[in-house]
Amino acid sequence: MSRSHDGWGCRGLGVRYGATVALEDVTFEARAGAVAAVVGGDGAGKTSLLRALAGTVRPAAGTVRRPAARRLGYVSAGPGVWTDLTVDENLSFAGRAYGLTADELDRRVGWLLERTGLAQARDRLAGRLSGGMRQKLALAMAVAHEPDLLILDEPTTGVDPVSRAELWRLLASSAADGAAVVVATTYLDEAERAATVLLLDRGRTLLAGTPDEVLAATPGLVVEGAARPEGIPSWRRGARWRAWSPDGSAPPGTSPVTLDLEDAAIVAQLREDPGRAA
Amino acid sequence: MWAMAMKEFRQMRRDRRTLAMMILLPVVLLIVFGYAASFDVDRVRTVVVGPRAEQVAAALPGRLDVVRVAPGEGRQAAVEALRDADAAVAVVTGDAGQPQVLVDGADLFSARAVVTELRGRPGLPTPEVLFNPGLETSAIMVPGLMGVVLVFVGTIATALGVVRERQSGTLEQLAVMPFRARDVLAGKLLPYLGVAVVDLAVIVAVGVLLFDVPFNGSPLVFALGAVEFLFVTVGIGVLISTVSETQGQAIQLAIMTMLPQILLSGLIFPLQAMAPAVRWIGYLLPLTWFVQLARGVMVRGAPLEAVLLPLGMLAVLGAVVFGLSIARFRRDLAPAGRHRDADPDAADQAEEAPSRAGAR
Repeated sequence: MSRSHDGWGCRGLGVRYGATVALEDVTFEARAGAVAAVVGGDGAGKTSLLRALAGTVRPAAGTVRRPAARRLGYVSAGPGVWTDLTVDENLSFAGRAYGLTADELDRRVGWLLERTGLAQARDRLAGRLSGGMRQKLALAMAVAHEPDLLILDEPTTGVDPVSRAELWRLLASSAADGAAVVVATTYLDEAERAATVLLLDRGRTLLAGTPDEVLAATPGLVVEGAARPEGIPSWRRGARWRAWSPDGSAPPGTSPVTLDLEDAAIVAQLREDPGRAA
Repeated sequence: MWAMAMKEFRQMRRDRRTLAMMILLPVVLLIVFGYAASFDVDRVRTVVVGPRAEQVAAALPGRLDVVRVAPGEGRQAAVEALRDADAAVAVVTGDAGQPQVLVDGADLFSARAVVTELRGRPGLPTPEVLFNPGLETSAIMVPGLMGVVLVFVGTIATALGVVRERQSGTLEQLAVMPFRARDVLAGKLLPYLGVAVVDLAVIVAVGVLLFDVPFNGSPLVFALGAVEFLFVTVGIGVLISTVSETQGQAIQLAIMTMLPQILLSGLIFPLQAMAPAVRWIGYLLPLTWFVQLARGVMVRGAPLEAVLLPLGMLAVLGAVVFGLSIARFRRDLAPAGRHRDADPDAADQAEEAPSRAGAR
């Protein structure tokens, strides 16, 4: 199937649930052939953004640009599969729902089962799959029709590291095939693999850009030491302490570290709300 | 122990629907059913025909509530009046001698009251019971119980089926797929309707073969009424599913809709024995009309024109309930208002206009 558009996303998006503001003035673009990561903590607005992109939530403000329903793939934060259907039946249902012909369905189901490693489990009920296998099935169902825009809401949450890596390989391959992929995640190491990153906090954009742009835009210096530095915001990282020095000076007993997205996200949140130091 | 009780109390307080059911429902049910739970029929609708109709009508016992006096009509018209449920008793007078008293055996409690009264008085004619000569309870109950079975299948199974999608999170998945709301609903309901139709055929066969329930009327008319009734019950199931988050809530609500139907539909207690206000509640319930239709067609052999009222009422209830359930289901499925009404192939892109209204 041909992909007809290369720029999906939203501009000035606002989402409200009654009096609660879930998203405010968020602008975001998902480009064809690339993975865009939406990151943020609980309640940041990731799911609301993805739902607005998918069309299951009505925007209170702004515009959303998305392909027609038949050209959209979506994996919700829930199981995303019918647990009382087999792997084969789930894939067949998804394929038929998106209008695949019997031949296309056969070809795609066979290919997806091989690609996801689910071929051996094709007759197993989805409810009896492991968490990782179930997420792979949900992803396979969402890409069965080769969508233009693929939206995934935390597909790797609660999934073991090996399955996480496999899931990322699959969605990277969808992007390589030309889809615009939007994935929400709480894992910042995953987000570093994305072409662009949007960091949300309490419904607003904190950071946006390529991972390099986000890192470059982080002011000051992030340092690391064995003990908690005094007088500057700090947080645990493994067995050691990291701290952000806004003026770029390294406190005694610390040394500068190479900044990563996790540091950048914490610094962005600290700048927004200095009281949040760990 | 106290910690457990406090936890339970807090949970109970937050589950307002269950709390309301525990506190308010018994009171409401007691009041409503207190006025409904009566087998005593004080007034029996009666027609009097034949040459001495005027004279005999004036001399009938007070229980017989004469609704029509037709000196120009004969036995045939009297039988038709009973068959069409215009009356439960018909008195056929001749030029001389004892009049004939025909009693509708399908109106069990009225018939029993009249038969008991007339047989106990010397000099009065012996009543002739039509349609259900043995005054068998099963002949009257089984057609109505078919309706109860259909309510179980239609309402509870449907409500659970739809709520299961919501509870498992797959309703959101369906909302994104290129289905119209009516396609999702129709596809979802078709298997339940199919099972209910099979159920209906089985219980009719069991009723006729095992309980010797007569089937005197047209199977087509019965099928038409049963399908209408199924649509109402399935519609109620969908409606319940749209206001229930969990399967437990759906079952609670389904029971709350079923109990009044079973008790106020005339299935157990005769409608004419109920207080007028309670009887009018009964007239709003689909089972009331199915019971009338099923007893009419199966036991009395009522033709289509005699059951137009139950058929019409079921059609109206079906339209109202199904219309509401589709509207609510569509809102659940497509809060963003996309893809649902338009052809999913037609929209190549969807530039959403900003809306002043917030999300749900």
